[in-house]
Amino acid sequence: MKEYQTITEISGPLVYAEVDEAIGYDEIVEIETAQGETLRGQVLESSEDVVAIQVFEGTSGIDRDASVRFLGETMKMPVTEDLLGRVLDGSGRPIDDGPEIVPEERQDIVGAAINPYSREYPEEFIETGVSAIDGMNTLVRGQKLPIFSSSGQPHSELAMQIARQASVPEEEEGGDDEEGSEFAVIFGAMGITQEEANEFMEDFERTGALERSVVFMNLADDPAVERTVTPRMVLTTAEYLAFEKDYHVLVILTDMTNYCEALREIGAAREEVPGRRGYPGYMYTDLAQLYERAGRIKGREGSVTQIPILTMPGDDDTHPIPDLTGYITEGQIYVDPDLNSQGLQPPINVLPSLSRLMDDGIGEGLTRADHADVKDQMFAAYAEGEDLRDLVNIVGREALSELDNKYLDFADAFESEFIDQGFETNRDIDETLSIGWDLLSMLPKDALNRIDEEFIEEHYREDDSERKVVEAAD
Amino acid sequence: MSKADTTDAVEDSGVIQSVSGPVVTARDLNARMNDVVYVGDEGLMGEVIEIEGDLTTVQVYEETSGVGPGEPVENTGEPLSVDLGPGMLDAIYDGVQRPLDVLEGKMGSPYLDRGVDAPGIDLEEEWEFEPEVEAGDVVEPGDIVGVVEETVTIDHKVMVPPDYEGGEVVAAESGSFDVTETVVELDNGEEVSMHQEWPVREARPANDKKTPRTPLVSGQRILDGLFPIAKGGTAAIPGPFGSGKTVTQHQLAKYADADIIVYVGCGERGNEMTEVIEDFPELEDPANGNPLMARTSLIANTSNMPVAARESCIYTGITIAEYYRDMGYDVALMADSTSRWAEAMREISSRLEEMPGEEGYPAYLAARLAQFYERAGYFENINGTEGSVSAIGAVSPPGGDFSEPVTQNTLRIVKTFWALDADLAERRHFPSINWNESYSLYKDQLDPWFEDEVADDWAERRQWAVDVLDEETELQEIVQLVGKDALPDDQQLTLEVARYLREAYLQQNAFHPVDTFCPPEKTYLMLTTIQTFNDEAFDALDAGVPVEEIIDIESAPRINRIGVQEDYEEYVEDLKSEITEELRSLY
Ligand SMILES: Nc1ncnc2c1ncn2[C@@H]1O[C@H](COP(=O)(O)OP(=O)(O)OP(=O)(O)O)[C@@H](O)[C@H]1O
Ligand SMILES: [Mg+2]
Repeated sequence: MKEYQTITEISGPLVYAEVDEAIGYDEIVEIETAQGETLRGQVLESSEDVVAIQVFEGTSGIDRDASVRFLGETMKMPVTEDLLGRVLDGSGRPIDDGPEIVPEERQDIVGAAINPYSREYPEEFIETGVSAIDGMNTLVRGQKLPIFSSSGQPHSELAMQIARQASVPEEEEGGDDEEGSEFAVIFGAMGITQEEANEFMEDFERTGALERSVVFMNLADDPAVERTVTPRMVLTTAEYLAFEKDYHVLVILTDMTNYCEALREIGAAREEVPGRRGYPGYMYTDLAQLYERAGRIKGREGSVTQIPILTMPGDDDTHPIPDLTGYITEGQIYVDPDLNSQGLQPPINVLPSLSRLMDDGIGEGLTRADHADVKDQMFAAYAEGEDLRDLVNIVGREALSELDNKYLDFADAFESEFIDQGFETNRDIDETLSIGWDLLSMLPKDALNRIDEEFIEEHYREDDSERKVVEAAD
Repeated sequence: MSKADTTDAVEDSGVIQSVSGPVVTARDLNARMNDVVYVGDEGLMGEVIEIEGDLTTVQVYEETSGVGPGEPVENTGEPLSVDLGPGMLDAIYDGVQRPLDVLEGKMGSPYLDRGVDAPGIDLEEEWEFEPEVEAGDVVEPGDIVGVVEETVTIDHKVMVPPDYEGGEVVAAESGSFDVTETVVELDNGEEVSMHQEWPVREARPANDKKTPRTPLVSGQRILDGLFPIAKGGTAAIPGPFGSGKTVTQHQLAKYADADIIVYVGCGERGNEMTEVIEDFPELEDPANGNPLMARTSLIANTSNMPVAARESCIYTGITIAEYYRDMGYDVALMADSTSRWAEAMREISSRLEEMPGEEGYPAYLAARLAQFYERAGYFENINGTEGSVSAIGAVSPPGGDFSEPVTQNTLRIVKTFWALDADLAERRHFPSINWNESYSLYKDQLDPWFEDEVADDWAERRQWAVDVLDEETELQEIVQLVGKDALPDDQQLTLEVARYLREAYLQQNAFHPVDTFCPPEKTYLMLTTIQTFNDEAFDALDAGVPVEEIIDIESAPRINRIGVQEDYEEYVEDLKSEITEELRSLY
């Protein structure tokens, strides 16, 4: 392997070096500084006599005398089942004082695209135990469902609650004791604070979840460019465990906003023509190459389910980061600052939230026959109540009809009883739907125009004594 | 380039000078614009997009990781083409017409590997050819010389390629042939097989483009009822994420009364394509009960697949559509999403360091969009048959803001505009097509068809519905300020009628087994039911019945259930008389 001491330019995270041999695009590079430190990077552009290298750890410490080695291969990740239970840095090096990792395979971290023909459509319900999700925006195995949040909101608590509680009811009934061991969580932190990281780690340790988890940590003070590698490491590990070792993998990526900032930084350093608000024009494609690594594959047991978390700058979902994400993922869950300040836990606003794979994942044999109708009706009723809240501020409750008043009551009860369950409560789907019926029964029967008459007959509570759950729970 | 042509002659070869993502430059390559080339040791497929002195720039349709300077580039000397012939229906392709099922087999992996190629149609499969000409007949370019049964639904017409001269038929035999074999011989030595090639960036010729006068009936109430598209028409569906573009496109692919569907998944989700692949073989074609896949050709270049192939997938799709049009079929092409196509252009353009136009898109964005939609239309083909290509493009504006370049340039071309609305989607009003903003410029030229085929007061009734909805929009502004009860009785009643229009007529649940498809007759009957309620209710009001009592009648809410009724005719008859009776009993 040839060594060069031919660096001609250092600019932001980029280094340019002259070469006299052919260097492959995307190849991995090692740069050794005068102080003997070894940094890693990747070829961003290769031409006959000069290459542009993006350095993961940042370029500080590099000078013209640093030596550059091209490793002749693209970036690989050593994978093995033994990764479970381990804590790694953002570049995949162990930081937990555990034993050396002996890889079973080394896989390219830029995963090849799954052939759409080879995919299997995701339709297995995952019970998260969170009513706002299970009842209204159901998650299924192999889905990519991000949490749209903003700074200072309890999105981490929500993600941890999901990671803790997520299960697939069917298999539990099958009495399959091994089921627990088939489930794995891969956690990828990008640019989060030490404090946030500690919270996650404590939760993992408290619940014993670490055993079936792999943790990748790129913290706020770690190099920004490394963040472009972390999620690819995470997903390579996830794909390996899911499609070669049959695990059902839940991937949590936080915070995608920091990832996108890193992309922007590299784009700026390369003096690219920027797209919207300074983010690179190829950010859609780049994000798609991460998010599309969720899914199921025909003939394989496992699955990769992704819950990326992003904090929307200015709580604005038209900002390029949430916007492009929403265009790629299969729905989104909104964490709402207003609901949070009202003390709702989790503060999920179901109205703009959406799960696009819900329709095929619910219903008879999957969740319950009345699920779709109940969901539709609750959406309609809550939206109606929400609208009326604005009006009631102006004209007062007396000016509204009896029915409108009922919608207002419904909206309040929906928030306090359905949504606000607490981060520690785990509700099964029956309980979630029962609360739904308790609430819908606040409305007159003939207002339930989205529900099949048969279901109304079966579930509508004619009077309060029939309310099933809330009474019992009190 | 012909992937079917096994003897691709290498015209010339050069060497890679630089690699940056999907853009590669080569030295010493003798090439023309748009020639297909094979790049690097692995022979990755690419297309020449710029020539400057000794440097040729190539966009590569596969990932370029690991490819480096010095590796060879070989020119095929032919432009990017598709293979046309039987076998394109019930198939699924990537953006350069490589069959994804064949690739899965060849690669032995669920992941898309590089450097693997396969012809767009199976070269070995045999088809039963039935000639429609005999020795002595004179045929011209485009003429149909025979048929093969391609699927249960579609007879594939074998045609003289448009670039042939034509002449007298010397021999034409029925029998079993593969697509490379000659089925008809002409006296000038030209041989017609079931296989043609066509460069994707060039429109197939036609004699004449005509004014479209037949609707592409979609089975979606708001489309057929308020904003119809013609066979041979163009439509855009812009909307923010999650507003229903893909569901609308899928609904059209399932229920539109076209002969052939070409569905182009351009830079969108893998699972959405999987859904089509899994569902369509099971779903019935409403026209004949056959599996839907039997009339469908799929092109899937998902968001994570190479961006250059995303740029070409639209062209691949429209060329296949034109080919079936030439057979005299009505083809509907859905492109989801044209914004991803435009972004692919932008990405390539910026790697070429071209001067960016608005929002970084290349200056030729508008021209490319126009060229694409211009390839749609109702045509008289060169063989005298009539056929159509309807083009329906989804648009994904950043931040849902319609003022951006792709939406704006599309709106200048297309004649049907189905504006999706985040607010409606949020309250689960589906399809969330905003009735105030949307329009169809085909409405008037399609009315005669609806009046002949469905009901002679079709246009009048529609106008009534539009008027009520307009009035509602105005009234809602007042309601926001003072509440509904402050309105006079007649206006309150109008709001109630409008509510039925919105909830029963405009909303339609794509996931309900019955409601998902609504024939125009049912669309019409639903509207007349609401109008019956309207007329009777206003009569009651005039007779002094308080508005609360009118609104409260028991039968009216059943209007909302017409959509889910299979035997809707009887239901509607009963409902109308019940509404009438109940209202008349109040005075
Ligand atoms: N006609 C409909 N009936 C019932 N549900 C619908 C309908 N249209 C849309 N939806 C709901 O809205 C969701 C989002 O729709 P869709 O996937 O078509 O959005 P989109 O506009 O294509 O978004 P993107 O731009 O992100 O691809 C669907 O998953 C479905 O739940
Ligand atoms: Mg879509």
